[in-house]
Amino acid sequence: MGMSRRQFLQGGALTAAGIALSGTPSEANADAPVTRIKGLKASTTICPYCAVGCGLLVHTKDGKIVNIEGDPKHPINQGALCSKGSSLYQVAVNDRRLQKIMYRAPGSDTFVEKNWDWAMDRIALRMKETRDKTFKATELNKKDNKEYVVNRTDGMAFFGGAGLDNEECYLWSKFARAMGVGQLEHQARL
Amino acid sequence: MTNHWIDLKNSDSIFIIGCNPAENHPISFKWIEEAMDSGGKLIVVDPRYTRSASKADMYAQVRPGTDIAFLGGMINYALQNNQIHEEYVREYTNATFLVGETYDFKDGMFCSFDDQEKTYDLKSWAYESGTDGNPKRDLSMKNPRSVYQLLKKHYSRYDVDMVCSITGTKKEDYLKVAKNFCATGRPDKAGTILYAMGITQSTHGTQNVRAVAMLQMLLGNIGIAGGGVNALRGESNVQGSSDYGLLFHLLPGYLKSPEFDNTDLKAYVEKWTPKTKDSKSANWLGNTPKYITSMLKAWYGDNATAANDFCYSYLPKRMGNYAYGKIMEKMGKGELEGLVCMGMNPAVGGPDSGNARTALGKLKWLVTVDLWETETSIFWKRPGVNPKDIQTEVFMLPAASSVEKEGSISNSGRWAQWRYKAVEPVGKSMSDLWIIDQFYKRMKNLYTKDKGVFPEPITKLSWNYGNGHEPDVHLVAKEINGSFTKDMTIIDKDKTLEFKAGDPVPMFKHLQADGSTSCGCWIYSGSYTKEGNQMARRDDSDPTGLGMFPKWSWCWPVNRRIIYNRASVNPAGEPFNPKRIVIAWDATEKKWKGDIPDGPWPPMKDDKEGKYPFIMLPEGHARLYALDMKDGPFPEHYEPVESPARNLMSKVQNSPAVKIPKNVSSDLAKFPFIGTTYRMTEHWQTGGMTRSLPWLNELVPDMFVEMSDTLARLKGIKKGDKVRVTTERGTIEAVALITSRLKPFNVEGKMIEQIGMPWHFGYAGLSTGDSANLLTPTVGCINTGIPEFKAFLCNLEKGGNKA
Repeated sequence: MGMSRRQFLQGGALTAAGIALSGTPSEANADAPVTRIKGLKASTTICPYCAVGCGLLVHTKDGKIVNIEGDPKHPINQGALCSKGSSLYQVAVNDRRLQKIMYRAPGSDTFVEKNWDWAMDRIALRMKETRDKTFKATELNKKDNKEYVVNRTDGMAFFGGAGLDNEECYLWSKFARAMGVGQLEHQARL
Repeated sequence: MTNHWIDLKNSDSIFIIGCNPAENHPISFKWIEEAMDSGGKLIVVDPRYTRSASKADMYAQVRPGTDIAFLGGMINYALQNNQIHEEYVREYTNATFLVGETYDFKDGMFCSFDDQEKTYDLKSWAYESGTDGNPKRDLSMKNPRSVYQLLKKHYSRYDVDMVCSITGTKKEDYLKVAKNFCATGRPDKAGTILYAMGITQSTHGTQNVRAVAMLQMLLGNIGIAGGGVNALRGESNVQGSSDYGLLFHLLPGYLKSPEFDNTDLKAYVEKWTPKTKDSKSANWLGNTPKYITSMLKAWYGDNATAANDFCYSYLPKRMGNYAYGKIMEKMGKGELEGLVCMGMNPAVGGPDSGNARTALGKLKWLVTVDLWETETSIFWKRPGVNPKDIQTEVFMLPAASSVEKEGSISNSGRWAQWRYKAVEPVGKSMSDLWIIDQFYKRMKNLYTKDKGVFPEPITKLSWNYGNGHEPDVHLVAKEINGSFTKDMTIIDKDKTLEFKAGDPVPMFKHLQADGSTSCGCWIYSGSYTKEGNQMARRDDSDPTGLGMFPKWSWCWPVNRRIIYNRASVNPAGEPFNPKRIVIAWDATEKKWKGDIPDGPWPPMKDDKEGKYPFIMLPEGHARLYALDMKDGPFPEHYEPVESPARNLMSKVQNSPAVKIPKNVSSDLAKFPFIGTTYRMTEHWQTGGMTRSLPWLNELVPDMFVEMSDTLARLKGIKKGDKVRVTTERGTIEAVALITSRLKPFNVEGKMIEQIGMPWHFGYAGLSTGDSANLLTPTVGCINTGIPEFKAFLCNLEKGGNKA
């Protein structure tokens, strides 16, 4: 059977990362599994890409990630990963990751670095201003011409969540509704 | 998914329509191939010859947006050829129910349509009620007003020739698919249907899903191992984010968010608690008062009392529709001041993203929380705009990645799996949990200090997640699971259960409507109990051999791996398929064995305590005939809003309840080709998580447009040429990819070409390219608002933008 360029590259990328191509570590490859991970700490994780929910092992040394590979014990993927899952290492270790809090003033052509306190305080002020200004205590229903209590903040919207953890989604939901935000939406609508 | 990934191995026939798992859920193919190794057949129905199709036993081409015709034809085939699972249909679906005299369907229209409002009067489709208040039934299913007969009549119009002339499918391919899949109507056979956005992203998306579900009901394929209605969810936790209610119409656990006329908790409960007079119906959502009250207790703690309606008045009440598209429309009009995007990228991910980008510039402030610079966070310096003209204040906050924090995510099979923190977040990035916690704490400070409008919903919110720098995620998980707020004694049949205040609730069965329990999300009750964090379990034993792995992680509801599993047995509790037993009733021990059953009651046949299997509906029977769809009780074929074909099924071209926006066009002189969007293995969503990864960019470096050999020849385009694609919304440039995977469709004897493109590209990241969503229309499904990304009209020209 011929190999496409895509498959070839995929294999290359996997080997380069030192990732087991198949099955359990004992069948992996010339990388003897025991020596390969000797002295490393391992923890389990679940892939952040599609919703199959494949398991991975994250290997660290001195607080740094040195390797990520499929979890052979995981019943769904049994150690296997697709090209995205195999690349999780490059999400964790990537100089393009945002590392700073950045702020862009109205009309400015550049971001400037800020600290968390500054940014969070200012965001809170913006949220409060918008909430106080656009809060709708009641709303007229045109069908029966009656005013109803709605207690809703109409001037802002909250988006997102499909990449958050469940506990984060829960607090996001709780916070949004406490803020009176009706316009809470995310990727599931698309 | 009603079932889960590993369960695919139990299938005799796997029918893929509107998804491409080999490409987008690659590891799922491990289990599809395992089914094939055991003799199962793989069917792929898709406009394109996909990676999944290349592995299939049967492939049938279908024109984008004609799925109801395809599936309706299969419903007709199963009925005409007596392929249905008759006992299942009679006992477990509403086939035997009688429909009221007002219901009618004529010339492509259901009855009671208001032409001005473009709405149907759903009341005119109600069941006919008997004197006992229950719907009337005819177990012989011969009554012409029975759902069975109405269904048969409705789909008799979907004969193979009619269907194939609509879908463009070759008749022999169609018949092969219908014959193979409908053969799973036997009790000892299992067929599963897998779908994703090819089904949902349509102006009749919900009806597409219904057509899938109805075919499965007729074949007796829901509730069984190797069966089910399986939506393959596309993001690692889009299941969880939906479960936790991040949609305008929902609260956690699919409780409805209150509407303006649910003026107090009593009115809310009255509106959203389904009722039944049938003692055999479990009507599980009859427990709604317990779930909403427990949620309010989790949110407002001791401040929530019976005397103050458990702080119900603090919840915002909706009036109208705030679906994504509506919000973007409002933003475009400058009616929105602020937007927070948690890992979402509307500059690329939504329809008509050119207008979305302009709309972002009308905001006063924008907060993005992401791992990367995204098109949304840098929209103000995107190509072609002058930042000076954009007055939006932008905060770009760095978020921790999945290996830099702890918590759970839920996969498509509803398994909530725990992830651990391997390392500290990079640079100054922080977890989303910390960021949300800071939002809240700072808002609370401001509203405590400076007052402001209606501060109580914020200042009285219960928010106790420890005193650490980072909120304690375990405390959040425990709040979600729920606990008793006072000492309780619960009599559960012959057992007396004692609980102390603060004890975790073992499962949602024990939640109360009087404030004595709190629970953040009832469907996750049982996930973090006295026995510890169930989501972190790693026991890989599989006692049934069916791949349910009951002690690996935890799955909602109550760790039930296959939902509606009471439909896998006959009314006496005996498995339909003795070779793949999901649950079975042990008459001597008087209990179910196997998976966690859909409720503890004895089999349906038991006169006193037996219950119908479809416990989430008040009538307890799966709906072949729906009562609550805005566009009809039966799925009916209509063309996509932009279509090269006239509707051959009726004179009604598009779904009549859908309001058609101005910027669509079916002018074939301007836009002669069908356009469709899709995803690929090497990239993901709007590309934020992939286009900055060198390994993935090496595999797929450029935005491309797929076209057939015939179209390329017609336009004089060669592989690798730059081309332009144009729709009524915009133009993009991309690299031409010429392939025999795409073939034109036969539309009324004329061959109409299709163009396919991924939607992963944008102007941020390491590899950049034009966004396919600059082309897509904003019009969406009337029931969900999900846009019609999969079927639109476009033109293709040789040469790039600068040509």
